Amino acid sequence: MPTTASSPRLPASLGEQGGAPAHPLSDVASSDSTLRRFLHGLPGVDAVGLEARAASLGTRSIKTTAKAYAIDLAISMVDLTTLEGADTPGKVRSLGAKAAHPDPTDRTAPTTAAVCVYPDMVAVAKEAVAGSGVKVASVATAFPAGRAALEVKLGDVREAVAAGADEIDMVIDRGAFLSGRYMKVYEEIVAVKEACGQRARLKVIFETGELSTYDNIRRASWLGMLAGADFIKTSTGKVAVNATPANTLLMLEAVRDFRAQTGIQIGVKPAGGIRTSKDAVKFLVLVNETAGEDWLDNHWFRFGASSLLNDLLMQRQKLATGRYSGPDYVTVD
Amino acid sequence: MSFAYAPAPESRAIVDIAPSYGLFIDGEFTEAADGRVFKTVSPSTEEMLSEVAQAGEADIDRAVKAARKAFGTWSALPGSERAKYLFRIARIVQERSRELAVLETLDNGKPIRETRDADLPLVAAHFFYYAGWADKLDHAGFGASPRPLGVAGQVIPWNFPLLMLAWKIAPALATGNTVVLKPAETTPLSALFFADICRQAGLPKGVVNIVPGYGDAGAALVAHPDVNKVAFTGSTAVGKEIARTVAGTRKKVTLELGGKGANIVFDDAPIDQAVEGIVTGIFFNQGQVCCAGSRLLVQESIQDELLESLKRRLSTLRLGDPLDKNTDIGAINSAEQLTRITALAEQGEAEGAERWSPACELPSSGYWFAPTLFTGVTQAHTIARDEIFGPVLSVLTFRTPEEAVAKANNTQYGLSAGIWTEKGSRILAVASKLRAGVIWSNTFNKFDPTSPFGGYKESGFGREGGRHGLEAYLDV
Repeated sequence: MPTTASSPRLPASLGEQGGAPAHPLSDVASSDSTLRRFLHGLPGVDAVGLEARAASLGTRSIKTTAKAYAIDLAISMVDLTTLEGADTPGKVRSLGAKAAHPDPTDRTAPTTAAVCVYPDMVAVAKEAVAGSGVKVASVATAFPAGRAALEVKLGDVREAVAAGADEIDMVIDRGAFLSGRYMKVYEEIVAVKEACGQRARLKVIFETGELSTYDNIRRASWLGMLAGADFIKTSTGKVAVNATPANTLLMLEAVRDFRAQTGIQIGVKPAGGIRTSKDAVKFLVLVNETAGEDWLDNHWFRFGASSLLNDLLMQRQKLATGRYSGPDYVTVD
Repeated sequence: MSFAYAPAPESRAIVDIAPSYGLFIDGEFTEAADGRVFKTVSPSTEEMLSEVAQAGEADIDRAVKAARKAFGTWSALPGSERAKYLFRIARIVQERSRELAVLETLDNGKPIRETRDADLPLVAAHFFYYAGWADKLDHAGFGASPRPLGVAGQVIPWNFPLLMLAWKIAPALATGNTVVLKPAETTPLSALFFADICRQAGLPKGVVNIVPGYGDAGAALVAHPDVNKVAFTGSTAVGKEIARTVAGTRKKVTLELGGKGANIVFDDAPIDQAVEGIVTGIFFNQGQVCCAGSRLLVQESIQDELLESLKRRLSTLRLGDPLDKNTDIGAINSAEQLTRITALAEQGEAEGAERWSPACELPSSGYWFAPTLFTGVTQAHTIARDEIFGPVLSVLTFRTPEEAVAKANNTQYGLSAGIWTEKGSRILAVASKLRAGVIWSNTFNKFDPTSPFGGYKESGFGREGGRHGLEAYLDV
């Protein structure tokens, strides 16, 4: 059966210069108490039911043409990432080359969506992917802990944007969120969004593993969307629990409901822990059957993953040749 | 381009269906005494699967005699010995589960994802569970050394052919009874495969007898003077007939009959999970479930929001080839059942309820009915009272918990109910007022061998499953 017709797609950001975006829910953040009441008035999440639904969608059998389509789609959604203290220009350049030509043996492989680096590497990355269409994303805002003064975070963002970043991945202050200071989190996101200006799309990272409950993840999702995030993202990839089918399903429900209420479409990015093609395809099934096919391209859905790409490429080679060649037939980075 | 799932059919080659099957009596497959046979077809294609011997009165008598003979030795075995056979059966069911899942899907029309993920695991679990009880009957709370009843005559329906067999046979054997079981005429095959599993497990002859046939065979079994215990799952009408037949005899009887389960959604419910629960409640097995949540009672304040979510969700259901692993909705079990569903849905429309189905193409052969939603339904509508036994959901509204309880209980049935709310105290308060055998909270249609199952009012009496399920097969 076909999926339902969707409402018209609107630009991700209707943000006004220098303020929170204008939409039917703008008033929600007019005070600390209205924001709190709104977030706590969202429907609850039954953990057992949510995980059961995610697991049941994981049993969809994706074969042949659907699999080939899904693998290419997943490759095009990868934010190829290096976030190590040891990153060098050489490492970032080779990452950029891989993003532009993921499979040197097969030039029909799609490019990845972006490379994701620390702010000081943005200029190098930008040069490395020049002309390929690959975007450069940067984890600014004192990634991954986010424990710095707002001015420091904004400086981080401005540096990345000035160096040419197309996308900023910001972490929220989980301490503020968990202690119920929603307005502080909201205002930080608004400020970072402003620092991104018109040039960079903003991905807001919740670190769902630290938010602990599904109710918190739903509240954080709405908080991020209300504050003007272009994307909501599960995690940094730096903690024990990162993206899971359940927390991604929950965030997909949030963007679906947000668009239904405001007309604004927000992207979703699960990050960390997605290593195999099989896993990636399961996430695409979640997108397809929850938010719908309007989210099935790399403007609206991303994978924050580094080791995933090689498995996707190996599966792609297997579909093309009928044989499984192994890890030496794809590049290390 | 869109993400269209390519067909992913499970292989039919794994199951070898013979062109004909006999009755399984005293450990052997035999023809019917009068040589009659009937055909069983695949509901999704109308293709003939096999010819099956049709039991008549003489065959029933033969089967009961075999069971009687076997009862002497079977009931005299130590519980731990009977447990060994049951454990062996459970393991063989697991080993052959893929084959049995495909077979069940072919014969019944339900999707492979249900036979594979729900039916077969539960079948094995029931045998494992009751195997565990076989040597612990002294400690089941029915006094020391409770005795088996004798020969159990069991009649099961077509909606969960193998699972209902397991619900019936596992506790009967664990407690030391022997069995004559009549599967439904539209779904006899998995029971006949089970007969083969009994042989594979080395079960003594006559302990389990399988006699496929029509209603007359069931009636003969129920009426047979040498049957000590009658267990029936099926329609309320037939249940009443059975109750009349056994009235005044010394036979013990349990009946699992129809239902019109209420699924109550309060305004503080986890909406996304409630939508899933509503879908599971009424579209699992095409709604052909006696405990289906066929009446949705939704609090008026969230009616619009919930219905919108529900309709969007129904639009993602995939209907079609039940052997395809991606199929959510399979075929209706028989032409007769399809006729009944169609008639009741038309009556719902005629009485003024608003009908809705997602855009949905039905296959050209086989018995199919699109998932259907009726809004604007009141207690006075036929579709709110009669069991439809198909993928048809009636939506009613309420304003207060009292009204929800009153409406939920205002039915001749009382098998199941569901409560959706984030408030724990409300779950307890409402559940204690509902007259239903099974009440789920924030979930629906979940089964487990440790949990007793059964009804109030016209949904029958007696319990299957759990420790309570032993009582029906013991002289206590």
